[in-house]
Amino acid sequence: MSNAAPTNPSGGVQEFSPTQVVRLVGRIFGPLLGAVAIFGQHMLLLGRAFTWLFRRPFRLRLYLEQMEFIGVGSMPIIMLVGFFSGAVTALQGITALAMFDQQRWVGYAVGVSLARELAPVFTALMITARAGSAMATELGSMRITEQIDALTTFAVNPVHYLVTPRLVASILMLPVMTMVFNVVGLLGGYVISILVYQIDLGQVLELFRHWVDPVDYVQGLIKSVIFGIAMALAACYQGFNVRGGAKEVGRATTAAVVSSSVSVLVLDYFLIEIMNVIWPSHGL
Amino acid sequence: MTNGGHTRDDRWQIQIRGLHKSFGSQEVLRGIDLDFERGKTNIVIGGSGQGKSVLMKHLMGLLQPDSGHIYVDGEDIVGLDEVAIAKVQRKFGMVFQYAALFDSLNVVENIAFPLIERYRLPRGEILGRVRDLLRRLDLDNVPGVEEKFPAELSGGMRKRVGLARALVDRPQILLYDEPTTGLDPIATKNVDEMIRRTADDFGVTSVVISHDMASTFRIGDRIAMLYDGKIVACGTPAELLAAPDPRLREFVEPSGAVKFGAPS
Repeated sequence: MSNAAPTNPSGGVQEFSPTQVVRLVGRIFGPLLGAVAIFGQHMLLLGRAFTWLFRRPFRLRLYLEQMEFIGVGSMPIIMLVGFFSGAVTALQGITALAMFDQQRWVGYAVGVSLARELAPVFTALMITARAGSAMATELGSMRITEQIDALTTFAVNPVHYLVTPRLVASILMLPVMTMVFNVVGLLGGYVISILVYQIDLGQVLELFRHWVDPVDYVQGLIKSVIFGIAMALAACYQGFNVRGGAKEVGRATTAAVVSSSVSVLVLDYFLIEIMNVIWPSHGL
Repeated sequence: MTNGGHTRDDRWQIQIRGLHKSFGSQEVLRGIDLDFERGKTNIVIGGSGQGKSVLMKHLMGLLQPDSGHIYVDGEDIVGLDEVAIAKVQRKFGMVFQYAALFDSLNVVENIAFPLIERYRLPRGEILGRVRDLLRRLDLDNVPGVEEKFPAELSGGMRKRVGLARALVDRPQILLYDEPTTGLDPIATKNVDEMIRRTADDFGVTSVVISHDMASTFRIGDRIAMLYDGKIVACGTPAELLAAPDPRLREFVEPSGAVKFGAPS
């Protein structure tokens, strides 16, 4: 018997039933469809959170609480990481530039790396680790202890009450914290370049002022807004969708931190590509 | 009074007719017909996964059925819009299994939550109503209770604060979701007493979802059994004991809580 085509006992070519076809397609495209579905659910949550932003009551207190938690609460860690990021960039920059005896360019090197990359990305990662994980844990435990159900029994929409303030606070506070990172990072660079390596302050400042453009800061801040959305969305989505017990809350927190860290880095790449198109002279 | 062919009877505060609900291919409620009597303690019993919680969520309009009707004071609440549902929800107070107090709010803020969210009342009035409830539920003899957070309260106190939060907007109907789960026998008895006393003192209709048989027969005025998405037995405790449904008997007898009459 030929094995070129499957045959049935009656000798004809075997036909696949619709169910088999669906199952086969499902097996091939299932994981992809799953990812698309999860992305879609994130977008739906984002849409709902923004729709609720414009509906009463506004509950200013919740927004301020979240801004305080994400912003003021993250200040020490941002300052610490910012200072050392600036210092390390200066140190590496000086080592590299010393090969050409051009250490005075360190001001530009530190300024532009902080503005475009280090400040927005590290701030987002630090706030993800600190505030994003806390958001996922808090919402997750609220879910398993029925606090979210309790909200609905008082005719309070949980997305309105819990997600919108966290999202808005992240969007507002990430750029602020990014600027704090920039300033403290420059201070770190200053300590290493001027105080430790005794490079001429006038030359460093001049090259920094001449070559680092406000557009570099604008790019960094735009990124930080988008990172803020990604971070809050991943954290709220994971926390909100916890089912089961305490173990699931832990899993959701891990998932929130991993997915928002990965999305920050992936988004970073695409945002650079987009910004290189918008501001061509500030590309490579 | 009629409502879409439904005749209102003042004896019954909630009347459920032909309620069906499926999640995907799983049919959870398969044609529920059930009445809850005004001012009485109505208990729904049934094993895990029989649809008790789903039924309760329908009562408050948190879930919409696939078909059927739920009449609250003669008004069909199925298919109402968000604003109308919110109005109906004000008739209800819900006491959650583990109280579901908001961790980030203290006792006073927790109890006042429904008032703050629903109305614009003066601070003094809100505080007055909260303190009145604290007193009536014997919570005022704990020093500094008002400022305490849920994590600082014992299980029993948390339950009473949860009850206070459910009562603060003066509901007509109180829903209890498995109120005695995970409690020791003494705490269970206290909760039973609390449900009984609340029904008498506040004149509310209580709907209790439970699988605690001893409690059910101790405090229930009317008992219904949910089995496989349907009501298989319904009546006063005496009626159920006199002519028990075999499935009810199978469910209740192992607990040893009650003695049935001769098999029907």
